[in-house]
Amino acid sequence: MAAVATCGTGAGSTGSVVAAGSKNHVTSFQRRGPRASGSDSSYSRLVSIAGTRPSVRNGQLLVSTGLPALDQLLGGGLAVGTVLLIEEDKYNIYSSLLFKYFLAEGIINGHTLLVASAKEDPADILQELPAPLLDDNFKKDFDEEACNHKTAESNIKMKIAWRYQLLPKMEQAGPVSSSRFGHYYDASKKMPQELIEASKWHGFFFPEKSSSTLNIEPCSLTHGYIKLLQFIQNIIYEEGFDGSNPQKKQKNILRIGIQNLGSPLWGDDICCTENGNSHSLTKFLYVLRGLLRTSLSACMITMPTHLIQNKAIISRVTNLSDTVVGLESFIGSERETNPLYKDYHGLIHIRQIPRLNNLIYDVSDVKDLAFKLKRKLFTIEWVQDNYLRQERNIYPPGFSYLLKQKDSAWGEGSLQHSTFLMSFLAKATAFASRLVRHSEPLEQTGSGRALQAAGPRLWRDGRRQEAPGLLVTPP
Amino acid sequence: MFPELNNLLNTTPDRAEQGKLTLLCDANTDGSFLVHHFLSFYLKANCKVCFVALIQSFSHYNIVGQKLGVSLTVARECGQLVFLEGLKSSVDVFFRAQAEPHPLQFLREANAENLQPLYEFVREALKPVDDGEAAWRCPVLLVDDLSVLLSLGMGAVAVLDFIHYCRATVCWERKGNIVALVHDSGDTEDEENNILLNGLSHQSHLILRAEGLATGFCRDVHGQLRILWRTPSQPTTQRDQSLTYQYKIQDKSVSFFAKGMSPAVL
Repeated sequence: MAAVATCGTGAGSTGSVVAAGSKNHVTSFQRRGPRASGSDSSYSRLVSIAGTRPSVRNGQLLVSTGLPALDQLLGGGLAVGTVLLIEEDKYNIYSSLLFKYFLAEGIINGHTLLVASAKEDPADILQELPAPLLDDNFKKDFDEEACNHKTAESNIKMKIAWRYQLLPKMEQAGPVSSSRFGHYYDASKKMPQELIEASKWHGFFFPEKSSSTLNIEPCSLTHGYIKLLQFIQNIIYEEGFDGSNPQKKQKNILRIGIQNLGSPLWGDDICCTENGNSHSLTKFLYVLRGLLRTSLSACMITMPTHLIQNKAIISRVTNLSDTVVGLESFIGSERETNPLYKDYHGLIHIRQIPRLNNLIYDVSDVKDLAFKLKRKLFTIEWVQDNYLRQERNIYPPGFSYLLKQKDSAWGEGSLQHSTFLMSFLAKATAFASRLVRHSEPLEQTGSGRALQAAGPRLWRDGRRQEAPGLLVTPP
Repeated sequence: MFPELNNLLNTTPDRAEQGKLTLLCDANTDGSFLVHHFLSFYLKANCKVCFVALIQSFSHYNIVGQKLGVSLTVARECGQLVFLEGLKSSVDVFFRAQAEPHPLQFLREANAENLQPLYEFVREALKPVDDGEAAWRCPVLLVDDLSVLLSLGMGAVAVLDFIHYCRATVCWERKGNIVALVHDSGDTEDEENNILLNGLSHQSHLILRAEGLATGFCRDVHGQLRILWRTPSQPTTQRDQSLTYQYKIQDKSVSFFAKGMSPAVL
């Protein structure tokens, strides 16, 4: 299996192994040398967990978020034991899609799921998960779409904008077989029923659980958060994800998904008033992180931070989470008509990446990232790629352009030269194309030793023709 | 510890000062590399360290410490290091009622008044050993970080009181040092955090402030470090000395250079 192979080479090269904890706690944050006693069985136990791989940088165990493009931006995936916080977009369209991708990835890999929501029944959420894309039927469509905008792009070496060429291209790899790390999903189809039924999941629907009594004295957490914490802790202990239950030896990852945390449906009022219960959410996150660090689990939380009235809470929540990703959709904003953002559905901001077991961390150099949801694929790209693509629509390759360079005769210039020099003469770049472009290439009328370099059709047949373009005298 | 930072601060583990409060502050960037520096510095200086680690787990500090040349497990076993792991203990405190008062007792209470259990824990941990064996040099309290206590429901005044009590015991009575990290929230109006930060800035002898660059993200310069030496008890007849450097964090060390003199640019 490919995952095992990468685990093996990773361990061999770095010399450190993600191994199970020594006495009671199973945590992925401990690292042992390869000669530690009794670690062989536990090492093989952890290596064989489906859907995980060790990080290249620090041996941390990673799981996929369900979006291979996002995995690449987060340094390979989501580390086990950490919290991924998604700041929701305004209408909660794309953040709920990311939530579903996360859960779908768990089902495909055979992880145990814990879905918590105050808005929808977890059973309904699971019915609406996207279907995974398998290799054969998708590969043809993907290649067709990819070749539409990959015609001459990668082949043209840029002369003026050469710094853009040095930046790494976003990965546009196609779907892979189901044993690999990240999978692609088709948002238009639903996950097959038999896969959902074969998976192991626990649901927490707050309206159902709110009536039962508490057995903890009232602290400043709201009722809903206390019940959710107790539920999570119960599952972790009962199923043995933290290694403290002697009867259960768990070899799997628990994926926790919490939807719309902080919204009024959970009983929290930070989205309603500015002076609400300001410690409830932060305390919840702290204890949740304590639970995650001591167990084999990973958590994704979506939070409507655009609704939180007190901005100080947002910065505290960011400090208490490990990875923070913000989504901003263009629906209803003025950016919808901005030509720079044509074809994109929104921006994605990577606000924080944790430094785990390390002084440094993997940060991508590309900062302006936008996403789009095509029929079947959720892609994340660098915004400037689109701008360069639009430039090429004005000056398509394959035509020749005339350009007067300084102190030299008329000659042929490259695409970048013409754009650069002519666009500042024209009021808009569209006009520059009319100045520069002519439809047919020049005919060779001489012996061929020197290239025809005179102006277009000016001296053809020995007689002066009329000049094109601007030099036409008005009638 | 980072040798370049030792040169900038003009200290070595052999001649570490005593009775000082050092404030670490970060704005728009992650200042945790300073915590790793001071942890390994004081362990190498043969001091007894009480580390209140509220943000990350023990193995995180251990792995980074091994890159910097100290082993936290060995230090903990031989008694040099007393480690309070906030994340792990919070789970114990929250879900199971404890018999005796726990330093993180305030997690269970609705309106915790003060951080007295935490102070008792620190005082107990840094008690001088009086059975004649080779004692450690001086006690050191290291807190990572204080802003989390605000998020967990304590007021800024309660945290300032806690630091005041610790200063009286650790710095004045036992001639030790305190190092604490506080996040600076910048332009978000976190008033409690500003109260805490201003209050501590006035009490501290040395302030190390890690800031992100004003121009944004840069691959070769990760931020800017401001060092400010203060004398809080004496009247300010002499000016406080302040220096600014830029830094780049590498795998096992941090390199410092003057502003604009990054090796990538020269």
